[in-house]
Amino acid sequence: MNRTDWETVIGLEIHAQLTTRSKIFSGASTAFGAEPNRQACAIDVALPGTLPVLNRGAVERAIRLGLAIEAEIAERSVFARKNYFYPDLPKGYQISQYELPVVKNGAITVQVGEGEAAYEKTVRITRAHLEEDAGKSLHEDFHGMTGIDLNRAGTPLLEIVSEPDMRSAEEAVAYARALHTLVRWIGVCDGNMQEGSFRIDANVSVRPKGETRLGTRREIKNLNSFRFLQQAIDYEVRWQIETLEEGGTVQQATVLFDPERGETRVMRTKEDAHDYRYFPDPDLLPLVIDRAWIEEVRSNLPELPQALRRRLVEAHGLTPYDANLLTASKELADYYLAAVAAAGQALAKPCANWILGELAARLNRSGIEIGESPVRPTHIAALVQRVHDGTISHAGAKKVFEALWTGEGQDVDAIIEAQGLEQVSDESALESLVDAAIAANPKSVEEFRAGKEKALNALVGQVMKASRGAANPQRVTELLRRKLTG
Amino acid sequence: MSAEPLLTSSLRELAAALAERRIRAEALAEAALERAQSLQERLNAFITLTPESALAAARAADERRRAGNVSLLSGIPLAHKDLFCTRGVRTTAASRMLAEFAPPYDAFVVERLADAGAVSIGKTNLDEFAMGSANEHSHFGPCRNPWDTSRIAGGSSGGSAAAVAAGIVPVATGTDTGGSVRQPAAMCGVTGIKPSYGRVSRYGIIAYASSLDQAGVIARSAEDCALALTAIEGFDPRDSTSLDRPVEDHAAALAAADGRLDGLRLGLPREFFAVEGIDADVRRAVESAARIYESLGARLVDVSLPRAELAIPAYYVIAPAEASSNLARYDGVRYGYRAPDYADLDDMYRKTRAQGFGDEVKRRILVGTYVLSHGYYDAYYLQAQKLRRLIAEDYRQAFDSCDLILAPTAPTTAWRLGEKGQDPVQEYLQDIYTIGANLAGLPALSHPCGFDSAGLPIGCQLIGPYLAETRLLLAAHAFQGKTDWHRQLPPL
Repeated sequence: MNRTDWETVIGLEIHAQLTTRSKIFSGASTAFGAEPNRQACAIDVALPGTLPVLNRGAVERAIRLGLAIEAEIAERSVFARKNYFYPDLPKGYQISQYELPVVKNGAITVQVGEGEAAYEKTVRITRAHLEEDAGKSLHEDFHGMTGIDLNRAGTPLLEIVSEPDMRSAEEAVAYARALHTLVRWIGVCDGNMQEGSFRIDANVSVRPKGETRLGTRREIKNLNSFRFLQQAIDYEVRWQIETLEEGGTVQQATVLFDPERGETRVMRTKEDAHDYRYFPDPDLLPLVIDRAWIEEVRSNLPELPQALRRRLVEAHGLTPYDANLLTASKELADYYLAAVAAAGQALAKPCANWILGELAARLNRSGIEIGESPVRPTHIAALVQRVHDGTISHAGAKKVFEALWTGEGQDVDAIIEAQGLEQVSDESALESLVDAAIAANPKSVEEFRAGKEKALNALVGQVMKASRGAANPQRVTELLRRKLTG
Repeated sequence: MSAEPLLTSSLRELAAALAERRIRAEALAEAALERAQSLQERLNAFITLTPESALAAARAADERRRAGNVSLLSGIPLAHKDLFCTRGVRTTAASRMLAEFAPPYDAFVVERLADAGAVSIGKTNLDEFAMGSANEHSHFGPCRNPWDTSRIAGGSSGGSAAAVAAGIVPVATGTDTGGSVRQPAAMCGVTGIKPSYGRVSRYGIIAYASSLDQAGVIARSAEDCALALTAIEGFDPRDSTSLDRPVEDHAAALAAADGRLDGLRLGLPREFFAVEGIDADVRRAVESAARIYESLGARLVDVSLPRAELAIPAYYVIAPAEASSNLARYDGVRYGYRAPDYADLDDMYRKTRAQGFGDEVKRRILVGTYVLSHGYYDAYYLQAQKLRRLIAEDYRQAFDSCDLILAPTAPTTAWRLGEKGQDPVQEYLQDIYTIGANLAGLPALSHPCGFDSAGLPIGCQLIGPYLAETRLLLAAHAFQGKTDWHRQLPPL
């Protein structure tokens, strides 16, 4: 059997930390980076007699996500206890949702690949449930002992579980990226992967093409970048196929990805899997969500990336590829929409080109976020308008952009004037230059007249050169054509 | 007035004496502390006495009284079951695990009573983590019955019942998960009420079985229970299962009553009187209590609770299941006992919990872990939950034909210390009459109704529909207007 005979099957479980200021069952702060145990209250430390009280903000965020992935929001969901002993799990159980999650049966459609090879893929989302995070065990600096930091204990998480619908690492990354965009877009998660706000577990298995049963999966835990997601899956798929081709079997296991060696290694196998003894948490009533709450949340949702993408293609005339790029983040999309609002929808395309071209390159090079860009959407709009109405050339526009970027100028028209970038469009001013060019280049004239369109470009070039770039090339072209054919 | 009347006076009478300045709160607190200390060796009713804070609180109460406006409970001495967290005062749950644990906060009940001006003199003995029906399973030794110190005080709130019966305090708090307020009240000849689930916040009560745990009070009369219960009821946003409804003034309702119970239908569940092992004296006393109720105008009706005997197996699955999880936090990592020597993490857990918990607690953790494990959950835990619903349904149906249910509180009177020690099931069977109210979340009360041939008190239980606390208290109050069982004092 060769490699092409295998099919990869991937499902992702993503833990998104919710943006509430306080924890899911206590009033302690969720801010990142405090001194150890400074943000752990009596409830988080699980002192005897303390009780959990559900943070409604966390529920509201779960509803937001549920609506954004067109899922069902459960009228009644139940918090359960997942029981296991671990030093950074203060109560000896994690409060999570088990049999009845708050969100179920959603889906998200994502773009995979670029250009000609790009295609759309719909990934079904089985469920999303609310749960609390555990604390952290610190093994360094304690000389054979373990330090426990409970600041993170009780931080609200939404675990988003997909169906095993992905067939390649590329699809998995595209899905994870789209979800990452979405959670930030609707403000439920800050998406900060370094701080662990968006953690990915990948369930990976392989099977012979055509086989309908799933192969034995291994779960890669805690991937905190898209690059590692890609590398870990690639490695895992290779390893599983090699193992099977060599006549071995894949054992169900939980594995960790070691980015330095580019390998996965087994953390635990099915044999030492815990029996979590789930049961409904008697300290919490079932979570009941009424229609009115759902509708209220729905009315506050922004236009979602998928809908906006469609609008950019259909109404703004952008390519699906550009629309996809512009909807990579809410900030970028808002920037683009503000520019178009100022420039007029007819100029959507050049706005997109400037934003995805010059601006994106500059931002990228200097490591500045779009929100901090010195070039504002209204600048882009003015720039595009001045190019469109012929006031400046594309080359001139680049100079204006430069001035805006460096802060040399704040107003597009003022920069044009100060730098003398206005094109000469006046026919009387251009006529002598055009006549001179025709007189000086009889060969080109002859060729053009013989039907060689390209010859006209050479003449335009001559006029431009004579005007030191100030002539409006469009007007020059018109004038030349009129004179030579008239 | 000397502090002597503490022994015989009701809370209401003490409150009047305080109001009329016939006695000071400080003198009452001193007397209560002194009596607690002098009886400690014989009863072991207390795990911790807090003389300093008690006297300070009493002086503050006297101060406030001089200044004017004070509530009725101001200056009244009381004691808390050592399952209620008390800020800065060790709260042990009668366990080695928490022998040195001092919480940084007060339980809701503690807070409420302190706000009302009541003076806590200390923390009373109990079965470890409230698991037991005799108060024999305490790291601090068993509590003894004031009526016969060779016998058990009942449990788990044995120390609170004994302290009230012995005239140390007029009222004490308790918790009731399967009868832990009512059964010791019956054994010690005092009155105890467990309100409906959700009436009193569980915040700050060390959890045993969360879906069953409910705070209650033990006092010498229904009237005193009414006064104390009114003070601790009410919504608490820190407990998600706390009921958000207006507090009823039970005491005011009792004050307005005429002592008659005309038209009240009292249901006698036939299954309860057919229970094997019910003591003949208990049965006789409860039946004669029924006739006294009849003489007050109540009508006795025959009712059925067909699944009554399934309450014990259901309870002894659900309560241990919840306990096994609730007690997982005692792992030696953050607070409480930690074994001194261990090889690694697992060994630390094992030794800490093996040494920190007593046998009964371990037994229930093991049972609870078992019934929740993969492959057994459906057969035990889920089955028990179904039974629980059916049992609640039985009560609901019984209340179609009666207003209150009358039953024994326990099948026997207090047994000798150590008598049932070898067979836990014998002790579990003691809970047959009380467990139903916990499973169904109903309010229930126990009041004295006589003595057996050995001179030991017998309790009569009233169970009401959901939120019928006032009705329960009115009935028991009328009964106590006609009888004096509740006024009898133990021969200490």
